[in-house]
Formats: sequence, structure tokens, C-alpha cells
Amino acid sequence: MSTVLKSNTQGAHTGTLGGSAAAKRGLGPKLRRLNIPGGLGGWLWLAIIILPVYYVVITSLKTQAGYFGQNPLALPTSPTLENYQMVLEADFAQYFMNSAIVTLGSVIPTVLISFMASFAIVRGAGRFLRLVNGMFLMGLAIPLQATIIPIYLMIIRLNLYDSLLALMLPSIAFAIPLTVLILSNFIRDVPNELFESMRLDGCSEWQTMWRLALPLTRPAIVTVAIYNGLHVWNGFLLPLVLTQSPSLRVLPLGLWTFQGEFSVNIPAVLASVVLSTLPILVLYVIGRRQLLAGLTAGFSK
Amino acid sequence: MSNAVSTAPRAAVRPASSKPTEQRKTALAWLTLPALFFFLVFAVVPLAGVLILSFTSWDGIGAIGAAGLDNWFSVLADPGLYNALGLTFLIMAVSWLVQTPISLLLGVFTAGSQRYRAALAVLYFLPLLLSSAAVAIAFKALLDPNFGLATGLGLPFLAQDWLGVPQLALGLVIFVIAWQFVPFHTLIYQGGVRQIPKSLYEAAQIDGAGTIKQFFHITLPQLKYTIITSSTLMVVGSLTYFDLIFVLTGGGPGNSTRILALDMYLRGFRANLMGPASVIAVILVIIGLALALFLQRLGGKDKQGSQLEGL
Repeated sequence: MSTVLKSNTQGAHTGTLGGSAAAKRGLGPKLRRLNIPGGLGGWLWLAIIILPVYYVVITSLKTQAGYFGQNPLALPTSPTLENYQMVLEADFAQYFMNSAIVTLGSVIPTVLISFMASFAIVRGAGRFLRLVNGMFLMGLAIPLQATIIPIYLMIIRLNLYDSLLALMLPSIAFAIPLTVLILSNFIRDVPNELFESMRLDGCSEWQTMWRLALPLTRPAIVTVAIYNGLHVWNGFLLPLVLTQSPSLRVLPLGLWTFQGEFSVNIPAVLASVVLSTLPILVLYVIGRRQLLAGLTAGFSK
Repeated sequence: MSNAVSTAPRAAVRPASSKPTEQRKTALAWLTLPALFFFLVFAVVPLAGVLILSFTSWDGIGAIGAAGLDNWFSVLADPGLYNALGLTFLIMAVSWLVQTPISLLLGVFTAGSQRYRAALAVLYFLPLLLSSAAVAIAFKALLDPNFGLATGLGLPFLAQDWLGVPQLALGLVIFVIAWQFVPFHTLIYQGGVRQIPKSLYEAAQIDGAGTIKQFFHITLPQLKYTIITSSTLMVVGSLTYFDLIFVLTGGGPGNSTRILALDMYLRGFRANLMGPASVIAVILVIIGLALALFLQRLGGKDKQGSQLEGL
């Protein structure tokens, strides 16, 4: 009796995390015995993850003198923001804008057209749709970076070389296979009766898609949007190959050139690292539950 | 029987929706056209293009000329190719061996319900937010022999010339890759563990199986398809560790970390030999496809279709 009560309260504690409560009750007291080596390993990995992050953040707040004089892992004695000021003066605001434009300009079309395709693949029938689906699945297995040379050629021929649009078009194509896969997995989970009742109400498939499938798969859509956004935001090869002008640099490329120019000023270089990650970090803090839950569900179905 | 019941209203409504269901289902195909267009133009055409370009000579700016099999002969005779191939497979294999057990154990660990584990999982994910360029730059600074981790922790053995000695550079690359990608695979395993029916553990507990037995007889076999999914992503993904290695070591010292993707970039965009670089690209694509097919086979032939979907 008491064990039942106990496991119930524990379930309530973690209820926000969905499946974890169930997992807990399944693993039962056994899991608690695993705690010692498991916990040690868990905390050890945390240290491995956090130590570099900690180092980057504190160093970015140090003066040059502090960097050379202090213990590298000690907190800065006289914290300064001058490194950040220097980075911002080095056109990082421009790079930030470029990254934002490219990311939004890639993610919104990707998610929109992939959602439509997923809806058709799940709800439709016929050889054509099976073929399209098969092709997208194939796309998952191909390292698409290997196509960079013909893409470079095509972008030149389309007169798009050294433009932000040149970065968006291939980014959209690269993101489609995985996005379609995850979204169709989620659309497949929508109970058939709901589609049936929409049909009986005389709704067209087009209406069903926007009024039923879209709202019901919104969590998945947010997940793939964040996931793709991360990829585009952090992408390096496409901007490296397809742009040239300093005014068109996106953040990772800006980081790389900044590091090349200011390699002696490590605190400033690390401040640029922090600044380029900050927007993503803010998004992560806001949407982390959605992202983590969506990714676990999307990939392990 | 239930079929007859459900078709009755369908027949009655048919005049209202005016189209028979089958036709309606095939008519949905046009919804895939925008995605198909982008994928064909910017993924399938370049894929064909890379094969064609491997038979041409082009410096990246001027005219493109036919070169027959010259590129293929020259690349296949180049020891640089075999160095790059060897390194690619070495990094792939060691990365898999390092990352899979860590991700699997961390996945099982974070699937537990203790509150602190969920909090840890949130922090574990941090490296995935950073661009490879940022990660590479951070580690370069961190490993500075005088002003980095070695001095900070007082561990002199960390004060090595990490980027100057071939073996150390290779080890560093593998470590940093694991640092960056283990979180993602942890997440996949976490999801996999949560889907294992709890009744299996209850039954095992009644049979008196201990924790370790449960792990090897329930958790591990139940995670078979998760392992295949994660491994496929890991192995195919390892072909594209371009940006991290490019910023971290640039392929050096010497050619000791010059993997295929980097070799392709350096030949094409640094040495302006797009033909030979395209040969490398074709080899990359073939390896990627072969590996993915091989891993799907491991999952069992009949499960092939659903496994790909399971990605």
C-alpha cells in the first residue's frame, strides 16, 4: 500500500515530463540501486560539458592582463565588458542580422512545404507519392555536403553568388528529408476518426490540412523548426563557399574570420563565441521542453 | 462486418464531396510539388551534377572542359585519397565506439524520473546549441598549454602541443566530436528507453533478475532499433564533420586529420581542382549510401521499410 502511494507521489512530481513517470514505475526500485555508478557517470559527463562552457564565459569577461595573469579557471578579478564592446564594433550586429535573415528565410519555407508534403504522403495514396517518399528517405542517407561543388556552380550560373538567397535555397533542400520524416510520423498519429469526421462535414483535404492536421501537429512543427533553425544558424560550409563579401558574413563565418584576425586577443575571441550563441541560448531556454520532448519522440518512433 | 457499416454513410455523403475517396487521395500528390521542386533542384540535380563534374576539368572560375577518366585515374592513384579514406573510417569507427556506449548509458540514466536527471539532461544539450566553429575555437583556447585547462586544473599532462602532433590532433578531433554530438544521441536513446514497456521490467523483477541482468536482457535488446537509428545517423553524419575539423586543425598537422570531406573542400576550393574534388564527392556519396543500406540490413530485411521511417 505504502509503495503504491510512494510511486504515485513520485509520478506526480515528474508528471510534467510525460513518459518519465511511467518509466520510473517500470524500473522501480532497481533504478535507485543503479544510482551510484549512474549518478557518478552523469555528474562526470556534466563536468565535461560544463567546464569548457564555464571557461569560455569567464575568459570572455577578463581583461588581457587578467587572461595572462590569473589562474585560467578563476573568476575574473575585475570583470569587464570591453571585449563584448569590441566584438560588437567589429560588425557582429551585421552578421547577426544576416544569420537571422538566412535562418528565418530557410526555416519558414522548409517547414511549410515539408508539412504539405508530409500531409500528402500520410493521407494520400498512389505510386507517385510512394516514389516521392522513397526519394526523401534516400536523401537521409546521402551526405548532402558532397554536392557542394555543383551547388557552387549552379549558384554562380543563377547569378546568386555572394547573396543571402544563395544560402537559403540549398539549406531548404537539405532540410526537407528529415523534416518530412518527422512531420509525417506525427501526422500518422492523428486518429483516423478525426479525418473521417472532417470529411463527413464536407471539408476538402486542403481545409482538413490547415484546420485539423496543422493544429494537432503544432508541437512537432515547433520542434522541427527549432532543429532546422539550429542547423542553418550554425551552418558553416555553405556561407564559406557561396559568399565572399564581409557584409554578407553569417555568424559562424564571422567568428572564424574574427578569430583569424584577433588570434592574440583570446578574451575577445571568446566573447564573440558567447555573443554568437546567445540568441540560440535564449531560444533554448524558452523552448527547451518542447524541443527535447519533440526530438525524443520524433527520433525514437 | 464493420466495413459494411462504415461504408454506408460514406456512400451517402459521396455526392456532397463530389469526388470518390480514391481519386481524392491521388489528387493530394500536388501538395508534395513545392518540396519536391526544391529537393530535385538543389539536392538531386547537384547529386547528378557531381558525377558529371567528376569527368570534367574546371578551376572554379573559367570554362568547364571534358576530361574523360583523367580525374578518376589521378585521384585513385593519389596516396592522399587513401590517407583521407583511412582517416575517415578511423574517425568514424572510433567515434562510434566512444559515443555509442556513452550516449546509451546517459540515455538510460536521463530516462529515469528523478528531477535532477531532467535538469542534467537540459544541460547536456548545451553543446548542440553551439556552432562547430564556436566549439572548435573554444577548444583551441581551452587547450592552450599556458593559459588553458592544464594550468587551471594543475594537470601538467594536459599541457601538450595538441594541434602540433598528429596522434594528439586526431585524438583531440575525436574527443571534440564526441563532446559535441553525444548529447544528440543521448536524446535519441532517452526516447527509446522511455518506450520500453514497463511490464517487461516488472516480469523480470518477479523472476528475480538483478539490475545488470535487466539491462542486458531487456534494455539492450529492446533498444536494438534505437541503436540502429542512432548508429546510422552517427556513421553517415561522421562523413560530414567538415566544419569542426576545418576550424580546429585545418586538416593538419601535415595531413593527419584531412578526412574525405575536408580533402574535397581543399582540392576544390583551395587548389581549384574541381574535377578531382568531385571524384572525392562521388566517393563520399557512395560510402554514405552503402553504410546506410548496410545498417538497415542489420535491422532485418522485413523491417527495412519501417526502420527507415523510424529514423
